[in-house]
Parts: sequence; C-alpha cells; structure tokens
Amino acid sequence: MKISYYPGCTLKTKARNLEDSALACLKALDIEFEELPRWNCCGAVYSLADDDLIHLIAPVRDLIRAKERGADTVLTLCSMCYNTLARANKLMAEDEEKRGTINQFMDEEPDYFGDLKVVHFLDFLRDDYGWDKVKEKVKVPLTGLKAAPYYGCTLTRPKEVAVDRPDKPTILHDFLDALGATTVDFPSTIECCGTYQVLGNPEVALKRSQGILSDATLHGAEALALACPLCDFNLGRRQDQMLEKFEGATEVPIFYFTQLLAVALGVAPDDCRLDLNRPSALSLLKDKQFITV
Amino acid sequence: MPQEISDKTINDRWRRRIMEISGENVYQCMQCGTCAASCPMADDIDASPRKVMALIQFGQAEALDHLNTPWVCASCHMCVVRCTRGIDLPRVMEALRLTKLRDNVDHVEPSNLQPEEVVDLPQIAMVSGLRKFTS
Ligand code: SF4
Ligand code: SF4
Repeated sequence: MKISYYPGCTLKTKARNLEDSALACLKALDIEFEELPRWNCCGAVYSLADDDLIHLIAPVRDLIRAKERGADTVLTLCSMCYNTLARANKLMAEDEEKRGTINQFMDEEPDYFGDLKVVHFLDFLRDDYGWDKVKEKVKVPLTGLKAAPYYGCTLTRPKEVAVDRPDKPTILHDFLDALGATTVDFPSTIECCGTYQVLGNPEVALKRSQGILSDATLHGAEALALACPLCDFNLGRRQDQMLEKFEGATEVPIFYFTQLLAVALGVAPDDCRLDLNRPSALSLLKDKQFITV
Repeated sequence: MPQEISDKTINDRWRRRIMEISGENVYQCMQCGTCAASCPMADDIDASPRKVMALIQFGQAEALDHLNTPWVCASCHMCVVRCTRGIDLPRVMEALRLTKLRDNVDHVEPSNLQPEEVVDLPQIAMVSGLRKFTS
C-alpha cells in the first residue's frame, strides 16, 4: 500500500488542529505515507449537475497528482474533501463517456481511470489498520469521557461513497470505544449542521447547530467528536453566538476525532493542538486528567 | 393558496431543462413525503422537497421562483438516502439553482459579504457557499 496524503485548503489554515493532530497520530501509529507535494483545492462540493464537468477537473487533477507519485491510496482528513475526491474518483471509474470527455479536456495530463482508492482516515483506521491495533496503541484510555460521535453529512452520504451505513453509522462510535471513551448515542448524530448555509442563511445554520448540541447534551454528552472543519466551525466557533441567543444553550467542548486519538496515544500535548479549540476542550481533558500539563 | 394549473402556467421547456440538468426523472416521485419528513431545513423552507417535486411535475416554474427551498437546501443528502423512489433530490435542487445562476443572477453577492463575517470562515465554507450561490 502506497499512501498519498491529500491535505486540502482548510487543513493548512483554519483547521491546523485537525491536520497537526492527525499527522502526530500517523507517526505514533507508524503509518507510512507521503504528503502530496503538489495539489489544488478539490472544490469542496461535488458537482450535482449532469452537464457540469468543469468542476470535476479540480478533484481529478488531484487524483492524477497522487498517481504521479506512484500511490495506490489517497488518504484524506477533511470529510468534504473526502466526499468530493471519492465521488470524482467513482465517476472516473464508472462513467465511460464523462471520463472520456474529462481526459480529453485535460490532454496535458495522463489519462485517469479512477483506479485509486480514496479513503478517509476513519475508514482507513477501521479497515486497514484495525480497531484492535488502535486499542493496543492506546496509552491514555479516555475512560469516563462521555463523548457523542457526530457524523455530519459527507462521511456517510450519499451511499456510493459512505464510509459506513448511511442510516445508522457506527464507525465513529467504534472509534471512540477503541479509545476507551463512553460513547453517547443521540438522534442528531447524522443530522446536518447547516454546512455552507453559514454563508447564505447564517441564522438557519445556527439554529440547526444549536439543535444538534442541545440534543447531544440532553442525551448526556459532555463533548462532541467530529471530522469536518465546516461542522467544527458551525458547532464550535459559532457557539458564542448560540450561548448569547438561545435560552438554555450550554457550552459543549468540540474535538476533532484525531485530537482525541492523539491524546489517547499519548502524543505530546502541544501536538494535539487543543490551543486552537474552544478553551472548554482543554479544560475538560485536564479535568479528566488525560492531560496533566 | 390554490395553484392554477393550466396551459398558462405550465412551462414545459423549463421542466425538461430541470430534468436535463439534474439527470433525474421527476415523474418517478410518488409524493410519499419521506423527503419532507427527513429534511433538516423543514422549519425554514417555504415548501417541502415533496411539494417542490410536485410543482416541477406540473411545470410550475413561476410558482417555484418565489420559493426559498433550493436556496435553503444544504445538499445534506438525507432525502436521497431515504427516498422511496431512489430520486436524487439534491441534484434537482442544484438544477433549480443553476437555472437562475446561469442567467447571471447571483443569490449571494460576494462583495456584500462583510469582512468580519467571513474572516474566520474555513475555506471549504467559502468555496462551497460560493459554488452554490453564485454563477
Ligand atoms: S438535501 Fe436539501 S432537500 Fe434534501 S434533506 Fe437535505 S436540505 Fe432537505
Ligand atoms: S421521498 Fe422521493 S418519492 Fe417520496 S415525495 Fe420525496 S422525492 Fe417523491
């Protein structure tokens, strides 16, 4: 297995806590990979129009970059990048006509046939690394941490690229179990946070996100674990607005799943990048004595 | 409000265009309402995805023009997962947006965005939002 890691735009800027903690985990788990030396924005959303092939050029170009490096697997951390690259990859593998048009349009590039495997770090951990091996590597079990897994949309929908069952995913549950945390199931675990509506209808997105957080706390969660920087923005960064606006809203620490993994693996606290989360995140881990400095 | 369905209001060209862009056959919808019950935006949309499908089936372009549903849809894909007829509704919503955007009518004007509102936004929010709301 030769892995090319595709970072994507947000991980290099607004979601350094996702990237830095994930890279520290990859190292701690002895997973070999190469970060793509050359890549472009994948476009963040997969084109949903039948006649719109131009927006497929960006993700396909990224896949070609990975092929160039001799990779057979593209590893992603951002759920939206995962979704966009995986769907573009699938189209290139399955739609002969569109593949032909795209390859012809990019005649400066080698033809691409959708023969890479696009994975998210979560399904990589489950399918290629294995929960048992993760468990073996855990040095600081997150015993007593009541964490709610939050899937959002793009990891598990649509079905064609879902890393798990779209209607009842368990992959994040199983991940948290492997770290020794107490997994808190709640109905909104697969509900949408409002995603890009933060741009078009910010109030609607805020309401959606608040609904998710209050549902999680109602079911006994003291923190949320997620994988997408846009979910993190809506549910984390915008919490101050929720606390101001909604009666009964309470602070909920938000973690990237990779940060919880890093803490459990005993990665140096600085590399978990909790300094970039809401302060409540680090406080909670200190209260639980998972981090002592 | 009752909807007048007659030669005057049925826009067949537009209906065919929506099916072409989305690649979906809107006549397959049997109005079961599962999408409406699954949509996280239910409280904030003028018409449920089920009703949007009915309006397209009847070629009601003008009526749909006044509804916010395609612009509040978050492409969350919950309705696709659950649709009893296997219809890809987010593709239909995208087609509805594109018929407007391709006439150069932006839904969000980028120059109107306040710097303090967007400075913290992750790039994926900007890129996806502008992909959905501008031409
Ligand atoms: S994709 Fe759009 S219409 Fe369908 S459930 Fe999600 S928000 Fe509602
Ligand atoms: S779930 Fe499918 S068949 Fe049922 S109303 Fe919605 S689009 Fe139509």
